Amino acid sequence: MPGFGEAGYYSYIGIFILFGLLMGFGAYITSWILRPKPTQSDLKLEPYECGEQTQGPTWIQFNARYYVWALIFVIFDVETLFVLPWALVYKTFPDIGLAFTEMAIFLLILVVGLLYAWKKDVLKWT
Amino acid sequence: MSLLELTDKLIQWVSEMARTQGYSPEWAGFFTAIAIMLAVGGFVLGFISVVAMLLIWMERKVSGHMQSRIGPNRVGPFGLFQSIADAVKLLLKEDIAPKMVDKPVWWLAPIIIVVPAVLSFLCFPFHKGWIPLDLNLGLLFIMAIGSVSVIAIFMAGYGSNNKYSLIGGMRTVAQIISYEVPAILAIVPVVMLAGSLSFGQIIEAQSFRWNLFSLWGIVSFIIYVISGTAEINRTPFDIPEAESELVAGYHTEYSGMKFALFFVAEYTNMVIVSMIASAVFLGGYYLPFGLGASPVWMLLKVFAMIFLLMWFRWTFPRLRVDQMMIFGWKVLLPISFANIAWVGIWMALKL
Repeated sequence: MPGFGEAGYYSYIGIFILFGLLMGFGAYITSWILRPKPTQSDLKLEPYECGEQTQGPTWIQFNARYYVWALIFVIFDVETLFVLPWALVYKTFPDIGLAFTEMAIFLLILVVGLLYAWKKDVLKWT
Repeated sequence: MSLLELTDKLIQWVSEMARTQGYSPEWAGFFTAIAIMLAVGGFVLGFISVVAMLLIWMERKVSGHMQSRIGPNRVGPFGLFQSIADAVKLLLKEDIAPKMVDKPVWWLAPIIIVVPAVLSFLCFPFHKGWIPLDLNLGLLFIMAIGSVSVIAIFMAGYGSNNKYSLIGGMRTVAQIISYEVPAILAIVPVVMLAGSLSFGQIIEAQSFRWNLFSLWGIVSFIIYVISGTAEINRTPFDIPEAESELVAGYHTEYSGMKFALFFVAEYTNMVIVSMIASAVFLGGYYLPFGLGASPVWMLLKVFAMIFLLMWFRWTFPRLRVDQMMIFGWKVLLPISFANIAWVGIWMALKL
């Protein structure tokens, strides 16, 4: 929004969130008005599992394998957040050799971590 | 009259009206701002709906021709109105909420997946100066917003209380988080060379020479396209909704308009991935070597990228889950690290 300074500049984000919600809720409301609403039988509201009856609960403890991937992901995703500001100023940085060496050391530590996980067979889906 | 002139006319008309009605300049400015927002938002929502429908038609046509069929050809010329007929059909479908679902989570998931899809259009560079909002950290913003869809997909998978949906949701989370790291790292060399995260400046930096015209550019582009395909769950990375194993993955239990919202979000994300690829590597609205610039080129590049994604879908077989994870972490990640190091050395020697 012009005339509201910095906050006005970023207010577009909030307004676009509202537009997104408008699209979602608008679709819900339109279909709620237009769609037929027959009474539902119990059989129709079963979970869809290709005609079989559901066996046991769905919400059980899940394989720990996913947890390890998520841990590695968090490390590397935070790392990308550190790399981006560095990349942003790399071209204009006064001492480019220093900038390069610092990031090389940082990335080297991460690569060692990746190699460690690799050697420990964490990066294996079995 | 172009769209830009039309919005200009509208804004002038609103400020004129506010002034003649005797409002103070502050209020006139406020009304003008609201008019601008409505114009931009209306344009973006219209663009999303039209493009999503066009893409659904295009996907069916492309898949038809790749399998020696004709594809939709009855409704309208070349079957162009097929998507509209489908949308009307989905709108008129009854809504089935299975009795075991976690109601609030299940109900909110389609809305939450649509919001980031719309929000990503905030930084869509149609032409020089034709960006709804040229954020100075546009690329990071789009990447961050894009990962919100993981939450929505997991909500859908978990809330459905259906084993197929749950497995689909878990697989999606594992897949998207694995491929997000290479996708961001593939873009880092571009940021290093352009010295900016805003789409406007990244594209300006390519006004003569696209980023694709170099060794690191080709490597980055390939890494980005592969990880982008994985992030939007398209074949060959479609294990989250693998039809032959999981019925439809996380949206098994959705019907009617809720299903349609997932569909629109999927195709919108396709546009976003193609937009990032064409803005960051293919010079956005610029032709190479200063041959000209036009929004037409931007849209043509986006559609060419989308065609590439469709081509992938109908020619490659699906990857197994272990192959996919190993490919992301053991192949793409080291290559993108090496690419960053190579560009860093090259810049340090050159500057």
